[in-house]
Amino acid sequence: MKARGDHTTGIVLLVNGREAHVREGASVAAAILEAGAACRISVEGEPRAPLCGMGICMECRATVDGAAHVRTCQLTARDGMTVVTG
Amino acid sequence: MAAAAVAAEAGARVVMADDNPAPGGQIWRGYSADAAGPHGHAFAALIRRVQTARVEIRSGTRVVEQPGAGVIRLEDENGYNDLKYERIIAATGARERFLPFPGWTLPGVMGAGGLQAMVKAGLPIEGKRVVLSGTGPLLLAVAANLAKHGAKIAGVFEQAPLRRLISFGVSLKAFPAKLLEGARYRAAMGAPFRTSAWVTKAHGDGWLRAVKVSDGGRLREIACDYLGCGFHLVPNLELPRLLGCRIDDGFTAVDGAQQSSVPGVYCAGELTGIGGLDKALVEGEIAGLAAAGRPAAHLYKRRDRMLRFAWQLEDAFALRPELRALAEPETIVCRCEDVRFRALEGLRNGREAKLHTRCAMGPCQGRVCGPATKFLFGWGSESVRPPLTPARTGTLAAEFEKSEA
Repeated sequence: MKARGDHTTGIVLLVNGREAHVREGASVAAAILEAGAACRISVEGEPRAPLCGMGICMECRATVDGAAHVRTCQLTARDGMTVVTG
Repeated sequence: MAAAAVAAEAGARVVMADDNPAPGGQIWRGYSADAAGPHGHAFAALIRRVQTARVEIRSGTRVVEQPGAGVIRLEDENGYNDLKYERIIAATGARERFLPFPGWTLPGVMGAGGLQAMVKAGLPIEGKRVVLSGTGPLLLAVAANLAKHGAKIAGVFEQAPLRRLISFGVSLKAFPAKLLEGARYRAAMGAPFRTSAWVTKAHGDGWLRAVKVSDGGRLREIACDYLGCGFHLVPNLELPRLLGCRIDDGFTAVDGAQQSSVPGVYCAGELTGIGGLDKALVEGEIAGLAAAGRPAAHLYKRRDRMLRFAWQLEDAFALRPELRALAEPETIVCRCEDVRFRALEGLRNGREAKLHTRCAMGPCQGRVCGPATKFLFGWGSESVRPPLTPARTGTLAAEFEKSEA
């Protein structure tokens, strides 16, 4: 994923199959917004994105490396993570 | 952290279970041990004390339930773990109070502290247009911080009337540092600060595009990329409630040594009154000393001053009744279950709302809509049921196996 010889300290993850770049220490939720995606689709079909930013509201839930309903605002992004929203 | 440090320095074996990915809570979110600035130095000094005193830090760890007396079940990325304790200090902090208004579920609408937390966690904000609205000292602090990171602050709208803020300012003469902090934020954000003003609507199609603001009785529209909207803070009472602590007027009741109504259970920080960092530090220190069996009375005077500050905050930023009219019949109140205002009108209490509409029965368990329905309809929430947070089936099944055995 990261180009060989790339010496930047950024993190690259896949959000809905597309690369998203965030800085070291960023949350997965930040990567999702950076990718222009919403995190989840509500019961009635609305797109939702983080509200509280601190693990309370559950609006930032997404599937990370196959695990469903992960609170992405409380999870630090790691290189090569695969995130699926909706 | 303060409680953990002093208790461990006094010889106690201390485990610090923290939901956040790294120590520091909300104010110190994203700080590292080499952080700069006055806040940074305080954090760095404290985290060094915590580490030197060999506190076992378990980040990314949630309390799920209490399977027996003196035991809590913790869950992290790897699974669950039951932890026995003799004393427990709850320092679960606060969350923002959110009030529903049309469009508040749009992506791009966040809490004021929520937006700040997201920026600390790597959300790029440079060049983005940001409106802040709601109530409380957090609005100015966030505006100043986001401006420092290159955001264009399009306006800060505080619902409290100016005269109340002025008398609050006067009452702060006993806290010159707080006044100075406020003035510094006000100067740093470079944007209009309006009182008796609030956001009435958020517009957008899939993402926030603009907000409508009621300002001096007039409505105007402001284009923006983000709205940070929070109505002061409410304590995270789920853990003290699980442990059986008495709650008075929305906060845990504690004695002089921060001990709750349950012997051996201590509460510190926002749980006993919304007062911010300094109050949390001194209460943590008292709780840590007391839990380790050491005297802490020399700190009471400082703590009591901080408590007075907390009550002054509550008064200054009390919510005006007009905010109850923000929600329209079709406005979603419970975001987890998409329960609209019209479905809740006329119901008598939160229990009835749960039975008829599933309001507060989603994954956040009323953490967001609970304070809102309390303000809108006067409903209270007295109890919690485990699991406190959504947990893996493995964590829940462990209990099942044990009760069968």
